Parts: sequence; structure tokens; C-alpha cells
Amino acid sequence: MIQHAQLGHIGGDFSVTDILATLFSSVLHVRPEEPLWAERDRFILSKGHAAAALYATLAHQGFFPIEDLLTFMDPLSKLNGHPNRNKVPGVETNTGPLGHGLPVAVGSAIGSALKDQSWRTYVVLGDGELQEGSNWEAIMTAGHRRLGTLTAIVDRNRLQQGARTEDTNTLEPLADKWRSFGWEVHEVDGHDHAALYDVLSAEPGDRPRCVIAHTVKGKGVSFIEDRVEWHHKVPTQDQIEQARREIGE
Amino acid sequence: MSTETMTPQAATFDNRQAFAEELIRLAREDRRIVAVCNDSVGSSNLGAFQKEFPERLINVGIAEQDMVGVGAGLANAGFIPFVCAAGPFLSGRALEQIKADVAYSNFHVVLCAMSPGMAYGELGPTHHSIEDLAWINAIDNMTLLMPADAQQTRQAVQWSAENGRPVYMRVGRFKVPAVTPQDEPFEVGKAVQVREGRDVTLIGAGTTVSRALEAAELLAAQGYSARVLNMATIKPLDEDAVVRAARETGRIVTAEEATTHGGLGSMVAHVLALHHPTPMRTLGVTGFAPTGSAEYLLEHFGLTARGIADAALELL
Repeated sequence: MIQHAQLGHIGGDFSVTDILATLFSSVLHVRPEEPLWAERDRFILSKGHAAAALYATLAHQGFFPIEDLLTFMDPLSKLNGHPNRNKVPGVETNTGPLGHGLPVAVGSAIGSALKDQSWRTYVVLGDGELQEGSNWEAIMTAGHRRLGTLTAIVDRNRLQQGARTEDTNTLEPLADKWRSFGWEVHEVDGHDHAALYDVLSAEPGDRPRCVIAHTVKGKGVSFIEDRVEWHHKVPTQDQIEQARREIGE
Repeated sequence: MSTETMTPQAATFDNRQAFAEELIRLAREDRRIVAVCNDSVGSSNLGAFQKEFPERLINVGIAEQDMVGVGAGLANAGFIPFVCAAGPFLSGRALEQIKADVAYSNFHVVLCAMSPGMAYGELGPTHHSIEDLAWINAIDNMTLLMPADAQQTRQAVQWSAENGRPVYMRVGRFKVPAVTPQDEPFEVGKAVQVREGRDVTLIGAGTTVSRALEAAELLAAQGYSARVLNMATIKPLDEDAVVRAARETGRIVTAEEATTHGGLGSMVAHVLALHHPTPMRTLGVTGFAPTGSAEYLLEHFGLTARGIADAALELL
């Protein structure tokens, strides 16, 4: 998709792919044939720049035809560089600018509590994104209201667009920060499907849940892994063939 | 459109009262209606709503970006959120949330800008919401309402609850007289002609409508006939009414409690430049205000009956 478009955010796509695959294949209660089913679990990709990974996941789950993936970022394609709920089934809210997904997820979780319904809300945030203050407003609100149906997953790949997070504006001690705002915190290997499944499908408690998923940006491709310059670089044909061999596609 | 001539009534109203009463009335009928606010239960006049519907009043504290995002999430969950905060903080602090989470996402969220314009007078320009018309005008898919009196405020709340679209509504704190004929329907996108006239058209919105009506009286005393339009919908603007007024009266004065850069006057000038170039005066707030009460500042910027009449006389 990214080679086709000659645009995209490949590093962050690879770091979040295992999280998305776990959620959509075995955790979320959603109906691809009825994407606006009122009692669906809500999934929000706050790091909207990983749209390619989300689109690939949604297409493989049957929300829209897989062939559509090759229109990624083409003129007039429904598959914009950042997801649009009005065009793409399965997208809950339009993201792209950072720090937007979590407040919307908090509103959704308040909604399920007000309706006394059991559907859950999941939101994936990039780690660098946690530098946006709006997240901490929402983290406070969710902790205060003890929104047990809300799960925030931090894609902790430790790289942001320009450098390492810890060299830019330190996030650590990240788990303690979430805990101090009233959240239950779990740390897992963000590429271990079984571990992700266990923590994401566990019954809701009486507090919102934060899953810090330790990931590798560019996971699975040796020349992309953990390299800051691959935030939005486009691979060559040779590099794609090498990547396919490494991933074992 | 009414052709009945109105003169301002002596009694004046705080539109927040009409807003709160109508919101409660609708909330009794429709369980989807919720209020979201930023520690502004008092200033947004939501105390009675909170008392009757404690669960449906969501106060996120002093966190406007969170507040607007929460509104979008509640809309996603099937609710109709009225998101209430003082105008300067709602529009300024959460502008990107208004754009991305509400307008671009196309959620049915009603953004209620309380105490807009220069209502907070002496508190100074940090607390004046004079840029919001320009900012919200620039965002696609928003409807921008500016009810002029208590009756229009009730109608605007009702329309906003029913229309299914993103709305930004100014809810005035500065007391204003009734200017809307009792049987006048509220049509979004339509100007209300509150006085017929031939020589000049005075276009007001919100606070300035009653002042434009008084200006028309002053002009009448000098032998001029002024039409007055209440532009209660700023976006989408009633371009037909503007062009018709320009054709039929030949001169236009706009008066708004907002910056003249990008608000009502700019919108009207844009329409006329494209379709019917016409001599104009645009009255509004021309910069950061000095210290003074709201009443004083309206006078300072010429947003009075006399100021509007004088601007018209420059054209006549």
C-alpha cells in the first residue's frame, strides 16, 4: 500500500499491527456486515497515521473489499492518509492530529455507562502522542469516573517522528504516571498475541485499564526495526522483496 | 420572512435562561440529551439541569479539549450532547477538536458558546470571544447560530437537538430585548427581516439586532428608511437576503459583537463583492478591547444605535 501510494507511516504501522490483529481477530465484538451496530465494541486508532495498518486489518476482517487497499491515498480514494469514519466502515472517529482519540474514547465509555450497557471501548495511542496535553485531561477524567469499560493501549515503540521519546520529552516512568491517575496498568510484549489477548479480553474491573504494549517500530523488517528515519520513509522494490522474505509472507 | 415592523421591547432577557429552560424541556422528552461542561455548571446556567438529571450532566473539569472530544464520543454512543463552556475557551482552546472530532467526523454535537462576544467586559480580551465567528466560519460542515433573543434561543436549541448535525451556537449573557415577532418561525439559513426599509439595510446578529432597530428609528427621524435584518444564522449565510437587500436598498451596514476580520461583515462583503458590489460599512470589534464593562465596550466600538445610524449616514 505504501509503495503504491509512495506515502505513509511504515514504522508505526508495523509496530501496531500485532495489536490490531489481536483486537479484531479475537477481542472486539463487532459486525463487519453491520458496522454501526449499536452495541458494538468501539475501537479508536488515536495514532491515525497508522491508517494503512488499520485499513489492512479492517479489510481482512471483511469491513470492505481487500482490493480497495490498493487505492490507498489515490485521488478520491476513501482510504485517506488518516482514517475517516464517514467513508470507511469500521472507523469510529476521524483521527490524524495527535491527542484526539482518548477524549473521544472517554466519551464513548461514559456513554456505555449511562446506557448501562456492557460494550467496551478500546483506543490505541502512540507513545510519542502522550506528549499532547489533551490525553492527560482525558486520563484524569477516565480515572475520576472509574471507567472500567475503557482500555487504552499504548504502542510503546519508544520512537517518535524525529527522535527517541526519551531524548525528546521523557515519558518514563510511564506506568507510574497512568497508575497515579487512577488506572490499572499492565505491561506486555506488544508482539505476543497470546499475552495481548489475555490482557485485552480480561473482564473489565472498576477502573480504566492501560496496556503498555512494548513494541518495536518497524517490527519484522530488519532494516526498518527501531530506526527513527523509517517513521514515514517509503521502501524501494528491492527493500519490499527483502521485507516480504523476512516477514515470511 | 415577516414584514412587520418591530421596535425593541423594554424588558430584557439573559438568553442563558431561555437556553436552560428549553434544554431541560427537551431532556424530559428525549433521554439522549446530555450536557457536557468544563466546570461551568453555574456560568453555563446548568444548575437546574444538573438537579433534574444528575447522571446526564458530565462535568469534565477545566479541560476543554477533553470536553469536546467527550462530546464526540457521547454522540458516537448515541447521545445528543450539548457541550457548554464560555465562548472564548470553547472556541479557542478546543478549536482542533471542533474541527476534527465534531465537524470533520460529522457528529451531532451542539457546541454552546456561553457569554460570547464581550460579555465578560472588564475581565479583558482573554475572556472575550470575538474571534469565534471567523474561526467557526472557516470550518466546513458547521452550522453557526447566533440567536438574538429569548424566543430565538429556544428555537435554536430545539432545532439543534433535532437536526442531526454539528452546531456551534452563541448563547448571550448580555441582556437583550425581544426582537423577534411572536409567530416568526426559526429557519436556519434564513435572515429574519425585522423592519422594512428602502434607503439602507442594517444587518445585525445577536446583541446588535435591537441596536440596529433603534438605529433605524434614529434614521427615520432624519427622513431615511432603513431595513433591518436579523442574521441569526451566520453559517450558512442567507446570501439571497443579502443580495436582495443590496439591490433594493443600495447600501449595507453590518454590526457584530465580533472581530471585523472574518465575521459577519466579512461574509456579507464577500457575497456582495462576488454578486452585487455595494457601498458598505462594517462595524465590530477592531482590536483587543480596553478595560470596561460590556456596555461600555459596545459603545467604545460604536456598536450602539447611534454608532450604527452614523455609519449608515456616511453612506446616505
